[in-house]
Parts: sequence; C-alpha cells; structure tokens
Amino acid sequence: MNSIIPAPIARQPWAMLIPLFVLVGFGAMVLYSAGGGSWEPYADSHLIRFGACLAIAAVITLFGRDFVRFATFPAYGIILVMLVGVEAIGAMGGGSQRWLELGFIRIQPSELMKPAIVVALAKFYDTLPPAMIVSWRALIPAGALIAMPMALVLLQPDLGTALAIAFGGAVVMFLAGLPLKWFALGGAGAAAVAPLAYFFALKDYQQRRVTTFLDPENDPLGDGYHIMQSKIAIGSGGITGKGFNNGSQSHLDYLPEPHTDFVFATMAEEWGLLGGILVIVIFGLILRWGMQVARNTEDRFARLLAAGMVATIFFYVAINLLMVMGFAPVVGIPLPFMSHGGSSMLTNMMCIGALMMVNRWNREAPRARFA
Amino acid sequence: MAGLGTRQTVSSAKLSNTYDRRSFVLGSVGGGVGVLLAARMAYIAIAENEKYEVEAESNRVNLSLIPPRRGWILDRNGAPLASNRADFRVDLIPERLTDKDRTFAVLAEVLELDEYAVRDLADKVETSPDFQPLEVATGLSYDQFAAISVRLPEIPGVIPQRGFSRFYPTGPTVGHLIGYVGPANAEEYEEEANPLLITPGYKIGKDGLEKQFEQELRGKPGARRVEVTAGGRIVRDLDTRADVQGDPVRLTIDGPLQDYAARRIGLESGSVVVMDCNTGELLCMASMPSFDPNSFSSGIGSVEYAMLREDERVPLRNKVLKGLYPPGSTVKPMHSMAFLQAGISPDEKIVCGGGRRIGNRFFRCWSNHGVVDMAKGIYQSCDSYFYHFAQQVGFANVANFAKSMGLQQEFPLPVTSQFFGTVPSPAWLRERHDREWQPYDTVNASIGQGYYLANPLQLAVMTSRLATGLMVEPSLVKSDKPRVFKSAGFEPENVEYVRRAMSDVVNGPGTAGRARLPLEDILMAGKTGTAQVVGLNISDGRSGPWKYRDHGLFVFFAPLEKPRYAGAVVIEHGGGSGSAYPIARDVMTFLFDPVKGLEALRALEEQWGGTAQERLTRKYAAYAAAAGEDVPPAPTRDEEIFDRVEAEARVAARKPEALATGSVSSRNETSSGVSGPPDAAAPTPSAPTRDVGAEE
Repeated sequence: MNSIIPAPIARQPWAMLIPLFVLVGFGAMVLYSAGGGSWEPYADSHLIRFGACLAIAAVITLFGRDFVRFATFPAYGIILVMLVGVEAIGAMGGGSQRWLELGFIRIQPSELMKPAIVVALAKFYDTLPPAMIVSWRALIPAGALIAMPMALVLLQPDLGTALAIAFGGAVVMFLAGLPLKWFALGGAGAAAVAPLAYFFALKDYQQRRVTTFLDPENDPLGDGYHIMQSKIAIGSGGITGKGFNNGSQSHLDYLPEPHTDFVFATMAEEWGLLGGILVIVIFGLILRWGMQVARNTEDRFARLLAAGMVATIFFYVAINLLMVMGFAPVVGIPLPFMSHGGSSMLTNMMCIGALMMVNRWNREAPRARFA
Repeated sequence: MAGLGTRQTVSSAKLSNTYDRRSFVLGSVGGGVGVLLAARMAYIAIAENEKYEVEAESNRVNLSLIPPRRGWILDRNGAPLASNRADFRVDLIPERLTDKDRTFAVLAEVLELDEYAVRDLADKVETSPDFQPLEVATGLSYDQFAAISVRLPEIPGVIPQRGFSRFYPTGPTVGHLIGYVGPANAEEYEEEANPLLITPGYKIGKDGLEKQFEQELRGKPGARRVEVTAGGRIVRDLDTRADVQGDPVRLTIDGPLQDYAARRIGLESGSVVVMDCNTGELLCMASMPSFDPNSFSSGIGSVEYAMLREDERVPLRNKVLKGLYPPGSTVKPMHSMAFLQAGISPDEKIVCGGGRRIGNRFFRCWSNHGVVDMAKGIYQSCDSYFYHFAQQVGFANVANFAKSMGLQQEFPLPVTSQFFGTVPSPAWLRERHDREWQPYDTVNASIGQGYYLANPLQLAVMTSRLATGLMVEPSLVKSDKPRVFKSAGFEPENVEYVRRAMSDVVNGPGTAGRARLPLEDILMAGKTGTAQVVGLNISDGRSGPWKYRDHGLFVFFAPLEKPRYAGAVVIEHGGGSGSAYPIARDVMTFLFDPVKGLEALRALEEQWGGTAQERLTRKYAAYAAAAGEDVPPAPTRDEEIFDRVEAEARVAARKPEALATGSVSSRNETSSGVSGPPDAAAPTPSAPTRDVGAEE
C-alpha cells in the first residue's frame, strides 16, 4: 500500500468499492435519462439511497463475529414473525401487501429474509458436527429454515423473492458439503413438480408469463410486449448505442419499467454493447471479490455466509439480465445497484456489508491467530 | 466426492476441501452465465441489430396518411354544390379502446353529445370491424378539440385531428342528386384494399354522384411522419407530404335553379326536372323531400333514419330517377305526334260525347268536349280523341313511337340507378301478364294510364324531343364539346302544330291557364297530367288520405317559338295537375327572371315555415324529442338502406298496375280548384268524404 494514503482508507476493499461506485454512478446516469433527462425523480433518489445503504453496510461491517453468531437465529425469528405479520395485515385489509408500515420507515420483511436465510444456514451448518453432514439431520432442519419463509413469501404472492430465498439457501447447502446425490434428487424432483406447479400453483398471469417467455413473438402486443420491447431496445442500441439521453424506446414509453426491471435495456439502448459489457464485467469484479473474501477465510461460518451473500447478489443479476435478454420469464426482479428501488438497494447493500464484514474479520483474524 | 463419503467419517478438513471444489464449480457456473449473457447481448446488438433498429424506428415513427381533400362538385357556372370545410374532428378506433364506458363518458362530456348520439356510437363500436375508424364528431370548436387532445392519455383509441369535411352548401336540395360521403365499410375495404379507406377521417362517396365519381374526386393522400409515444401521443412532427386534392367534377346542373326548384316543391313530395333542350344538359334534377347530406356524412343516426323512413313521402328515394308514375295526359302531345307520324291529319275531327265507343264498349271522357280536332284534343285534354285515334293507328305503333321518345329508356348518365318504367304494348302484355291486348288496354294506355309508367326524367326528355324535333340525349357532366343530335324525323309544321297546341294549354283555352309565365315576352307551353293511383271507389283523387290522391304532372318547354328549356314536374299525390304546373311556372319564371321567381317563393316559404333546410332541422328536433328513445338503430351498412329504398320504390311503382285491368278515365284537367299543397300531417278534408268514409 502506498504510504501517502492513510491506513484506514487504504485498507478498505477498493477492488470492490471502486467498481461498485462506478456502477452506481453509471446507474444514476441511466436513471437520469430514464427520468426524461432529469435528476428527478429517479437519479437523485437513487444516489441518496445508495448513500444511506452504504452507511448501513458500513455499520454491518463493524459487527463482530460473536455478535453475528449470537444474533443470527433471533434475527431470523423476528423476520419470520414480520412475514407472518404482513400476511395477517394483508388478510385483514382484504388485499395482498408486502410491507410493514412502522411509521417512519416501510419495511419489506421478504427482502430482509434474503440475507437472513443465508446467515441462518451458515450458522446451522457451522454448528453441525462435520460427521453429520451426510445424515438427514443436515437436511431436514435446514429445509425447514428455507421452507417457512418461502411459503410465507409465496403467499404474498411473490415468486421472484421466494426463488431468491431458495437459491441463496440452496447455494449455502451445496457449499456446506451436503451429498451431491441429494441435489440430483432435488433437481429431478423439482423437474417433476414444475409442470404440476405450473398448472396448479401458478396464477393465471404467472402462467402467461411463462408461456410468453417461451414464445414472445406469439403475442407482441400482449404479454410478449415487455420482452419484445426490451430486446428491441438492446438490439437497436448496437455496439455503441444511440447516445446518452437519446434512447427512443425508453423516452417514448415503449420500454416498460425503464427505470426498474428493464433498466439494463434502457442502458443498453443508449450505451450499446460496450455499456452492457461494462456492466457485466463490473458485476463480475464485485462477485469475484466476494468469492475471494469467502475463500480467504478459514472460518466455516464466515465462509458460508460470504458465499451465500455472493449467491444472493448473483441471483438478482443473473435473473434480471436473463429476463431482459429474453432468456427468462418476466419475474419482476430488479438489477442490483442500477435499478431504481429502495428494497433491492437495501438488500444488496446488506449483502455487500456482510461481505465487507467478513473481509474485515479476515484482515483481523490472522493477526489475532498469529499474534 | 462427498457422496462417496457416506461411510467415511467426514472431517472439517474434508468439508473445507469440498467447499473449495464446489465454490470453484459455482464460480465457473457464474462466470459461464456472465459469458452467456455477454454473448447473447452481442448477438442481439450486432447480429440482430438491423432488425431491431427497424423495429425501434417503426415504434418511434408513426406514418399516418393525410386524407386527401375531395374534389369539388361544381354547377355549370363553377359554383360549388359540394365543397370542403376545414374543421376539427374526432374519430375513434374500436380495437384501441381500453375502457369503452369511460371513453364514451369523456367524449359525451367534452363534445356535449346527447344520449342518442352516444348510443349510436356504442352500437357502431359493437357492430363495425375493429380496425375501422368511426367518426365521433366533426365541426368541433377549437376549445373542444383542445380539451380532447389534453385528455388523450386516459382515452386511448380516440383520434382528434384537423381535417376537411364535406360540405353541401344547399343541404337537402342536392341530397338525391349529389349523394353523400361516409366512412368506407368492411366490404368496400375488401374490394379495394387501400389503406386510405381505413384512415380516420377519410370518406368515400356513398350515393349519387359522390359515388359515381369517387375515383376522380378522391385525389392523392398526403403523409405525415410523427414521433409518437407508446400511448399514441405525438411528440413532434418529422416531415409531411401534402395531399393532392381530387379533381373537380363540373355538372350541367344550375345550382341556383336546383335549389330554387327543390325549395319550390315546398311541403309536397315530388320532383322537378329541367333540361336545356338544345344541348341535353340537365339543369335541375330536384327531388323532395330529401335528407341533408351534411348530416349523413358522419353516419346515419338512428333517430334521423327512423324519421326519414317513417315519412310516407319517402325522403330517401330519388324521385327523379326512381319515382315511376303513370304519365297520364302528359303523353297526349307525344301520342298526337305519333298519330301525325302515322299519317293522321291534325284536322281530322271526332265528336266527344262525354266519352266514346271503342269496340263494343263506351268509355267515358272526363268532360263533354263536342267536336274535337288534334289541337283541342291536346289543350282540352280530351280523352275521347286519344281513345279513337290510338285505336285507329294501333297502340303497338304508338308504343314504339313512345319508346323512341325516351320512355321506357335508360339514359347513359352517371347515376347509381334509374328505373325505366313501362310503355305497354300487346307484345309486352303477352310476355309480362300472359294475356291478349284488349280495347280497354288501348283506351287506358292512350291517356297514359293502365300499365304506363315513366319517371320524371323520361318525361322531360320526351318533351325536349317533341319541342325540338331532335333526338335530345340528356347529360349531367359539363362538356365543352357541343353536342349535335340527329333529327327525330318530324315534319317541321307538325312540330309547330304540337307546340302551338301545347301553348294553348297554358296561354290559350287550355287546362292550365294559371301556368302562364308572369313575363311579357316569353310564353311557356306545356301539358297537364293527372294520374289516378286508386280506383274511384276508394277516392275521388282530390281529397281524403294523402296516399290515395292523384299524382299531379306537368311537362313544359319555353320559350314557345324557339324552345330552349324543357322539363317535367311530378307531384306525388298532389291531387291533380293543379299541384304541378304552378311549380313549373315559378321554376321557369326563376330561370328567366330570378328576382321575380324568388319573390314568389319567399311568400310561399313564409307560409310553409322556412326553407327546406330549416323545416328539416325543425322536424328532426321535434321528432327526436317525441320518439327519441324507442327508435331502432339504423342499418350499419348504407347499402342495406339503399336496397330497402329501392325495393320499396319498385313496389310503389307496381301499384298502379292494379288499376290497369279496368278502364280509367283521365281526371278533370282544369283542376285549379284543388287548394294549395295539403299537409300530410293535417289533411284538409274540404271535399265531402263520400268515397273515403269507410277508409277512415
């Protein structure tokens, strides 16, 4: 490290933070354009939210290992109760609702559950004796930890978030060392249940999203509209794009949700393939840094926790990008750090905070160990 | 792998190992997804770039056709009978509607539509093809136009625009002649798959000359490229190509005369045809009552349609071409000419003893005329004279001559359809009714009754040919080339003789003294006719229910010495010729001296309660107020209306045939006693109701 820079600043994980700042800044530019060439209403609040969430991440970074271990299950329990509370309020109010109004802040417990499930499972596998990893006792409690919030979120109904929870949990289980054949069985089971779920569990509009995804041109003015318009935006951008603030698809309202779910298409139209590659590369850098953080720790809890956080962010990015490029159904998952929206920003920054926390543990632990 | 370790003890170290391997796998999968995404994006943005660029452009840019301004229809002097008026309009495309009720509510509120208009609109949305633009309103004020434009985002499918709408300055008086315009229907679009036809605001000719000259009048559409949002809001104009206006069509019609004649018909139901008998140019083809083509162009409203349809004076029928009437005594000059051509001397006399014996039966004349020669036969309209000589010459010969004079003939005119009527003859009777010609058939036909049917245009052509001795052919489109007609082959002195006799009808001791023109130096000649429509046992033809009264006819030409104009007036159920010749007199007066003609008309219109247009407007308001809610919707296809009107016209024309099997004597031709035009709504039961009592 260069000695000109003070140590507290120099030891921050700039390998991740710089790409992240670039990405958020780029996102703000795209939102500026999506707002019709104006800071209002998207770009400014995007930056403000990022600032606030960065502060929360900084606080999380300071959490000690013991505190986190101690707080894991109580926190999981509280969030689960909040999910039940959301259901109860929704049922009483006669409509579905995803958030709790706490007077000064509106909390979406399903969002908090995404990092929480990762931490809870990490704790569970950390405390599980290694020999038991191949027994049913490694599977059933963990399965219950995942299934309870999933079921509550599905009731909302919010398929995207439920899948995100399942994905984060599954990745932790996979990395914890559960026997591969269980995953093979699970995969086969899911493949068998999928058609049944399609016909019996999914609502009409969700079924349509799936069929539309399979054949978007079939109904270009109806359900295929979103995917078609997104592909038109990306495709018409070409290599270098139409130029900042010149996207016709977003500015003339052809692109649905140009500032949230389809923000990548908005970006690609104006910045072209180069912009798209930049975004993908930046996500790659951030996620690779996260995986390195996970690999650098010897502590099983921290390692599973970090990898699970990376998986959660990855899930957002992958599903969103697959969706806007026509490879996945429209499920309403925003793109981290670029889409306008407080909940996704908070969740992803909590994941980043957790990763920075593990990174700090890594930095301090060896010193403690070899001191 | 870990799966193999079921029987081994699993250590922390082993789990750490597993983690490393598996995290590497996951990392690779993640990286793979990243590469896949980059590749996919490159494929979309590079390989498919062109395709999506085109699609983005077709999203962004909306090419809309600008309906061409329709060519004007001009009268002989270049004055417009149909022109275009710049206005603000609102159309609606059903397939783009999202919330019908809300859209209708907004439209009704902003455009101040009444409930009937909203209901008609809703019916049209239900029944017409989805892609078809429907007209909501035209002639909006700028404020209304602006109000609709502002509210567009909440009412998708509604299209306000500036445009031109067809305007008929004289309204109903040209309705039947010019026709009207309207949006193309599904069949018309199928026939001619021209995107122009489904462009909002574009209208094609639906009837009359508008339909006949559609291609000439159409012009070339302009185009406008605009940048639009997904919601259809126009962001800015990119470029515009102006439309090319359609070619004008110049008619032979004299606009003021047409208007005058139509207005002069007044409360009656009838038609006036005037032609230039030297050139064949039709100066006037008025048929009343009529509809207002201005109000038809936005589609025929149910209330308006019901009103027109229920009217027994059939305002939807063009009576000049589709009104067939027994010509009655108006054929007598023409029959006289037939006799002359057959070698009868005009001085041959017969004695009318209040009738005459033909074959073994005595047929009555309407009066006792004593000794009658040809001239007296014409000006006194003596039936006996025509019974006798028609029998002597043979009616087959007379019929052939009648056909050569234009009866039972269709003329090559640009009209949608014309009925050609009947000149009965023994051959025709055998073919049509499968029976032999009887003396009473000759008697009936000789005075223009029985199976005889002609339309007013034919009567006008007949009179032209008779007055000039030339085979005049009527024309409707103004041409610079002078037309030369071949001679009909009459002896000049015979032509002169018939002219003189017809002059005496008006200016001499004839049946229509009141038809004399109030002009110093111009004499009009003519011939009255009264056509019986029901048997004497039902009505005396002059009083009682309107539909049983006799038709009044009058054919005429002027000036006497050098005929320039000829024409015919037919008043349906006018109660006799007395309803027809005053109209002919005033129309001809107007032609020679407009000021004098208008004075006469003004006095009458004051009595009738305004011009034809004013009365129609008032009638509509009264009808809508009275019957509004219960009226059935109008047929959505204009063709259905035409077919219905045409079918009814044919039925109406066949009615007199019922009389043809008996003998009919022509009616009292000095019927000046018939009072002014009776109003159908309040028939004047002046005459004793001896014959009709049972009917009422």
